[in-house]
Amino acid sequence: MNRLREEFFNFGVIARLFPALVTEAMKNTVVFTLLGFSGGMMLGLVLALGRISRSRWLRWPAAFVVDTFRGLPALLVIVFIGFGLPIAFPWLHYPFPKYTPGCVALAIVAGAYIAETVRAGIEGVPRGQMEAARSLGMKYRTAMRRVVLPQAFRLVIPPLTNELALLFKDTSLLAVLGTEAGGKEILKYVRDAVNHSGNTSPLVAGGLAYLVITVPLLRVVAYLEARTRASR
Amino acid sequence: MIVPGAGGAAGAGSSPTIAVEGLRKSFGANEVLKGIDLEVAGREVVCVIGPSGSGKSTLLRCLNRLEEPTAGRVVVDGVEVTAAGVDLDKVRTSMGMVFQSFNLFPHKTALGNITLALTTVLRMDKGAAAERGRALLARVGLAGREDDFPSRLSGGQQQRVAIARALAMEPSVMLFDEVTSALDPELVGEVLAVMRDLAAGGMTMLVVTHEMGFAREVADRVVFMDAGVIVEQGPPADVLGQPREARTRAFLSKVL
Repeated sequence: MNRLREEFFNFGVIARLFPALVTEAMKNTVVFTLLGFSGGMMLGLVLALGRISRSRWLRWPAAFVVDTFRGLPALLVIVFIGFGLPIAFPWLHYPFPKYTPGCVALAIVAGAYIAETVRAGIEGVPRGQMEAARSLGMKYRTAMRRVVLPQAFRLVIPPLTNELALLFKDTSLLAVLGTEAGGKEILKYVRDAVNHSGNTSPLVAGGLAYLVITVPLLRVVAYLEARTRASR
Repeated sequence: MIVPGAGGAAGAGSSPTIAVEGLRKSFGANEVLKGIDLEVAGREVVCVIGPSGSGKSTLLRCLNRLEEPTAGRVVVDGVEVTAAGVDLDKVRTSMGMVFQSFNLFPHKTALGNITLALTTVLRMDKGAAAERGRALLARVGLAGREDDFPSRLSGGQQQRVAIARALAMEPSVMLFDEVTSALDPELVGEVLAVMRDLAAGGMTMLVVTHEMGFAREVADRVVFMDAGVIVEQGPPADVLGQPREARTRAFLSKVL
């Protein structure tokens, strides 16, 4: 029993994680998540609109990109962008190297999933909405932007929030990159702390750091889903 | 009162407001319209009746190319709608369309439903658009409901907002696609009353309907369609009262 407390809940070891666990590791995890998600939303929206385009020259490439990055392990994409590209192209220097490779990799992976979610949302809006807008003389893009997308996003807020929670956890995959000073996210930070201290308690603390964010987020998802169901 | 045909074509007096020639439409192997010729004069009210699946709605939807005709010509207000390279968005503003399922924008208020196209398509400023929207809501009997979302309105009220929304573009033609079919019986009257007013005001109207009473009373001409062709047409008293064709008689005996 004492041994358990010593190894997993060693308050002395855990205390030494602060304040950097919050000010650096959690902050970086949040930054990666938000930047990755923002990029993913933009990419996802573009891919979703491509997937439903009437032109096959937009539809096929969009489908190809979506399928590719949904089909690849996220870790492979991260390693490819973080290590592969700079090795292949020695002239390639990421601006803000602390964040850029990780955020770009997360945005691409998240974008592929968000694209499918947004597409489902657009297709969930009754066809009559587009027809009514077009029959009033609105251009396709005006009708999409002012009539269809606002309704589509309302439909997909719960699944998108879920994607956000998943992405928050997936930032842990960036632990393979996090070598830049001050650029560690939660997992990298606590793993290094385990190596330094020879004690497992930092992993427990890191786990709690994830749960503090993800559990409330998942509750929000449940609430939003219930509300969407009720409004039907 | 909105003046129909305000933006009408030169020589509108001689040429019909709507001219349809040899219109065909197939969905795959299924030919729904098998060569329709139809003219609607300015200020005329034409009701299209016929069994379901006869192609009435498809005909209407081909006029503003919500459905792409397979063959044939459509001319509205002197503009050939079916011409290659026609500015379809511009042509559509001259044709107001009202749908069976209302298709109001659920995220916009009654007023917002009307003003959206005014500000985005006609580039009116917000104040002028709201003013026109309020006037139209008042005209369809919905003054005071400007800020209600569609979910707070009855089906009849929603359909009246949809009519106001279409009228806001000051179209020269109004197309009605079975606009009372989705309504509870007690709500049909209020929508038909608005349409009756519109007809009395001189609006050119093409009305696909199952309301034989409305057709008899309001239509200048009734067109009976079956299996993708126009079987017979004429004044309502003739087509509904003394139909010449056996198919018309068979249809009317079922619905009257």
